[in-house]
Amino acid sequence: MTAIEASKPARRRRARGLAVNFGRFAIMLATTVLGLLAVTFFIGRVVPIDPVLAIVGDRAPAAVVERVREQMGFNLPLWQQFVVYLRQALTGDFGVSVLTTNPVMDDILRVFPATLELATVGTLIGAGLGVPLGVVAAVRRGSIADQIARVIGLIGYSVPIFWLALLSLLLFYAKLKWVAYPGRLDVAYEYTFTPITGLYLVDAAWTRQWDVLWDAFRHIILPGALLGYFSLAYISRMTRSFMLNELGQEYVVAARAKGLSEGRIVWFHALRNAAVPLVTVIALSYAGLLEGAVLTETVFSWPGIGLYITNSLQNADMNAVLGGTIVIGSVFIAINLFSDLLYRLLDPRTRAR
Amino acid sequence: MTMPILGKHLRYLSAGAAMAAFVICAGPSFAATPADTLVEGFAIDDIISLDPGEAFELSAAEVTGNSYSLLVRLNLDDTTQVTGDIADSWTISDDGLTYTFKLKPGLKFASGNPLTAEDVAFSVERLIKMDKSPAFLFGQFGLTGDNVTDKAKAIDASTFALTVDKPYATSFVLNVLSSTAGAVLDKKLVLEHAKAVTPSDEYKWDTDFGNDWLKTNSAGSGPFKVVTWKANEAVVLERNDDYFGTPASLKRVIYRHMKESTGQRLALENGDIDIARNLEPGDLDAVAANADLAAISAPKGTVYYISLNQKNPNLAKPEVIQAFKYLVDYDAIGATLIKGIGDIHQSFLPKGQLGAIDDKPYKFDVAKAKELLAKAGLADGFAVTMDTRNIQPITGIAENFQQTLGEAGVKLEIIPGDGKQTLTKYRARQHDMYIGQWGSDYFDPNSNADTFTANPDNSDEGKTKTLAWRNAWDPKELDAKTKAALLEKDTAKRGAMYEDLQRKVLESGPFVVIFQQIEVAAYSAKLKGFRLGPSYDTNLVAPISK
Repeated sequence: MTAIEASKPARRRRARGLAVNFGRFAIMLATTVLGLLAVTFFIGRVVPIDPVLAIVGDRAPAAVVERVREQMGFNLPLWQQFVVYLRQALTGDFGVSVLTTNPVMDDILRVFPATLELATVGTLIGAGLGVPLGVVAAVRRGSIADQIARVIGLIGYSVPIFWLALLSLLLFYAKLKWVAYPGRLDVAYEYTFTPITGLYLVDAAWTRQWDVLWDAFRHIILPGALLGYFSLAYISRMTRSFMLNELGQEYVVAARAKGLSEGRIVWFHALRNAAVPLVTVIALSYAGLLEGAVLTETVFSWPGIGLYITNSLQNADMNAVLGGTIVIGSVFIAINLFSDLLYRLLDPRTRAR
Repeated sequence: MTMPILGKHLRYLSAGAAMAAFVICAGPSFAATPADTLVEGFAIDDIISLDPGEAFELSAAEVTGNSYSLLVRLNLDDTTQVTGDIADSWTISDDGLTYTFKLKPGLKFASGNPLTAEDVAFSVERLIKMDKSPAFLFGQFGLTGDNVTDKAKAIDASTFALTVDKPYATSFVLNVLSSTAGAVLDKKLVLEHAKAVTPSDEYKWDTDFGNDWLKTNSAGSGPFKVVTWKANEAVVLERNDDYFGTPASLKRVIYRHMKESTGQRLALENGDIDIARNLEPGDLDAVAANADLAAISAPKGTVYYISLNQKNPNLAKPEVIQAFKYLVDYDAIGATLIKGIGDIHQSFLPKGQLGAIDDKPYKFDVAKAKELLAKAGLADGFAVTMDTRNIQPITGIAENFQQTLGEAGVKLEIIPGDGKQTLTKYRARQHDMYIGQWGSDYFDPNSNADTFTANPDNSDEGKTKTLAWRNAWDPKELDAKTKAALLEKDTAKRGAMYEDLQRKVLESGPFVVIFQQIEVAAYSAKLKGFRLGPSYDTNLVAPISK
């Protein structure tokens, strides 16, 4: 009885806490995005590159250069340019990309699914193999398995991905002919297949075009596996150290004393506890891949966001760079939020507070 | 006791891996491009528009060159001449101002609309009125938004007349008309897609002349039409069955954006692309060793040079300019750094253009250079900087030059930078030395002469930012000579004038021209009729068959 009575104000207190939390989160979000906008904008303006040059090219006559400078508002004071930009950005208008001449938002909606698909495949492979590998390395610390896992991790972390990409292309594509290249689909499909979401694997499965699905799979598997290997290296090392920490805890000893099977202790009890920090590691690695793996995208002619932003940056296409940065920044924030939610799910203690 | 259970997990794991491997190899993978489709691996990230009234980039020129017809075209067998494309014949008035073109009969656009002189006049009108980057090409004839409808007009359905403001050399006018800016557009189709615009001080017209739509479409009468362009992904062309000339043998051409040389080579070897366009020397060697592949090359209209800013008192000394020309190790650079991508070339006109000379008076000669430096009072050398774009072969040549300058006691500091960054500094005349390239805007000697030897106002406020201006070089009487050559009616005499200009620059101009770019492409030996032209817009795909 008394317990139930006491829980009412507690619930109210918790609700109030939630509202405060939410408010704090909203303020944090706003300042982060504003800061992101300001920093990118000013960096974009202080680089010693004439943005008009990017638009009209080297050969344009002086009159055209001046006209475009005025049209684009580059002759206004910097803070005024920022205010104009901010006003547009808040209405979701990131301007038009100089390079592609499309609205930046359209471009990003076109290139982002390609990166999303690749990063998801990469993370699935990385986490799917990295976590078990890390667990095995931790359980059999010092054994041959641990050494092998260490070498695999070390190679994945230290070998330049660009080189690894070319090498794997040479082996799996040129020599063994297991995978397909370049791009996301074979030429034969590319212009007959109409994507819906832009995630080709999903679209092909949805429309039951199994041959397209197979082709898309053969195109994504190699770059996906490479990115997967890259994140596997990190994830397996982190898993190992989290697991070592858990396996040294008293509850493990207690479980052993209770006579639980070692498999149950490792895979259910210890891993479950190690999963809490592991979620952050995987989420951050996923977010990292979502920024677009520029080198991988270059080698595999993968039209993703990394390639888009790099290309825009090199051509001083500031609207595209800013738009892309904001989208990536938002994704980063969203993934962080999501991993916070997962935390609550995995760790009951965080729920109570 | 741990072992068996972990072992079980490992077994699952390895079984899963084996299954994945099986699934991967199970699929058939006989890579080959479709028989009616040509697939080219090509770095096309420079394209910003496919509208011939706006595009000014190399890959875009190749697309428009294949999808539009022109009044006249460069004669690929003798590039100092032009031949009629849609023009059957032409006459020039006695005062040298009016060019009258008679069109071939029965011409049609890819849309099926008839092609008349009205369309030609409209194309010139929109080029000038839109006033985008390529507009200056026709602007050279004195055409402006206000007078263009009088100066470029249809006399009747098959006669088009163009009136220029000065009695220019005939070869100059025709060469400019042969550039992609002279593409003939389908007036009816373009106007159907035109968008209304509110006129302003900067833009006086109430229409965008279909510019927005034409960025990713075509409205021409060339052997191909544009189906789609996806930035950084692909350009797709489809055969125009209404083409008036010899129809293309392939139904479709796909330019697939591929940036990486090795990737292009592998895809070519595997048959996923038919032509690889951006191969580096190492990959070209691999192609040469493969009997199923072939390579082809053609000199292009781009020259690479090092320039000396005349604002730097040391670099302004004539002996120093000469000495620097002796301090480039031409042979070593030609044999290694630019092997397969360039030919040593020392004059500012690319081979193939009217009047271009192939004189190579300079050899690497440290002793001679030291003598010249001593004469300039700089026997102990001096320090100087060079803005260098961090891209090959520019960086390699800069490093080589740094070393050879060092042998004569000149200390060169290389300032690396991104392309747009070094260019911004160059255009503001804030460099000591600059290493870069210049590509002809149209296939006429005036294009290069007008930038290397023209500088009407050498003050910092000068509006015409020619290469001579950027290097603060006053070419004195050469400026007038450049203008005179533009008006010379006699083509042979005109050629001789450019020869003279090149020799003067070779002797004393602050430009150390090093090489002319050659374009190399590797292709599947199954292809027939593939050939590279002297410019990107003459890299024609219509004659190619499989």
